[in-house]
Amino acid sequence: MDYPPSVIMRMLQTGIPNLEDKVLRSFSIWVCLTCEMCFARCPMSIDIPKMMDFLREKSINEKKANPKAKEIVAFHKSFLDSIKYTGRLYEIGLFVDYKARTLKILDDLALAPKMMKRGKLNLIPEMIKDRSGIASIFRKSNKKNKN
Amino acid sequence: MTLGLYPGCSLKGSSREYAESVITVAKAFNINLEEIKDWNCCGATAAHNMNKELSLALPARILSLAEKQGLKEIVVPCAACYSRLTMTKYELAKDPELKAAVTDANGLEYTGSVNVLNIIQMLDKYITPNLDGRVIKPFDHRVACYYGCLLVRPHEILKFDREEDPQSMDVLMLKAGATPIDWAFKTECCGAGLSVSRTSSVGRLSGKIIGDAKDRGAEAVIVACPMCHSNLDMRRDAINSYLGEKIDIPVLYITQAIGLALDLDRKALGLQRHFVKVTV
Repeated sequence: MDYPPSVIMRMLQTGIPNLEDKVLRSFSIWVCLTCEMCFARCPMSIDIPKMMDFLREKSINEKKANPKAKEIVAFHKSFLDSIKYTGRLYEIGLFVDYKARTLKILDDLALAPKMMKRGKLNLIPEMIKDRSGIASIFRKSNKKNKN
Repeated sequence: MTLGLYPGCSLKGSSREYAESVITVAKAFNINLEEIKDWNCCGATAAHNMNKELSLALPARILSLAEKQGLKEIVVPCAACYSRLTMTKYELAKDPELKAAVTDANGLEYTGSVNVLNIIQMLDKYITPNLDGRVIKPFDHRVACYYGCLLVRPHEILKFDREEDPQSMDVLMLKAGATPIDWAFKTECCGAGLSVSRTSSVGRLSGKIIGDAKDRGAEAVIVACPMCHSNLDMRRDAINSYLGEKIDIPVLYITQAIGLALDLDRKALGLQRHFVKVTV
């Protein structure tokens, strides 16, 4: 993390546009796992995880995502694309899409046959029936977003 | 009796043994789990990181379908899906404008009437009261019950167990004949959704969890989340290389451990699907 959550809160608190810009361009907001621990322990009960979600969405919409977060953002995009087309997560499709986005061709390649052997990878995606309904949810919720 | 089931994507793929063990244990107590028809992915981390409305619309569609099917109560074994569904219910109940936007996007009626149970709540409500005399092969091992993040946090919304040092799984495992240990990493994060995009972080975070469990003499780690399971089990190579030693403590879903205590068939519980061999 380039800034710990407490510092991010302070940076936003100042209301200085330059500091807000730094937050939106930070790596911290992407490496935050939304584990909810900071909120659980915050003496001021600030819902930091919810703010992190807001900051990430804003960072993407304003095209300010930190370059170090390229793989993390690519993974989220591949994940959402998979749901958009089939309604459910198709793990092989996700991996292929992610590799195409990041060119991390060799990562986890050894994992696939091991998962297959254990019956943990579906070759064929599980397609839901109402795929047009899902497409419509994506369309309508994307109206405000540029991504 | 019949109870609704939202399996979620992991339970149909990389964590199918969780589904197998949930269904097998439920069946042993004559509970029929009825899957929500045509369910979709809850959106998981990706949706709430990228698009708030989408992250509420996807779980709302699932809850609407359950309502339409006449299900009053559903069990959601995946802690991450459970979190998304419960958070959505909470957000939509307090914000009518958001609810209207989501209902419009989904084109489905949503009242928020479905009761959502996580796996521990389901076991406590329907299985534990009938457990007497059924534990024929006590799970006589030292276990580290690992809760992770989304089963217990945020407490203000989930209102389940305690967020520091939770006990519900420990109590269940005690009833299954195990000795739950006192340890420090019950609710630390395993690395969750960074499994693929930053495997090294998962090796470090999950490494600390497995390392502490080992140091305190655990013979098995018990989990209730497919993401925790895949990070602690499937990513064991990354964990071992972080720790610089080879640790082979198996990670079991709570339903697998209870299934073993009930002397149910090991294959029906999906134990053969793990990366770290289940020797207990």
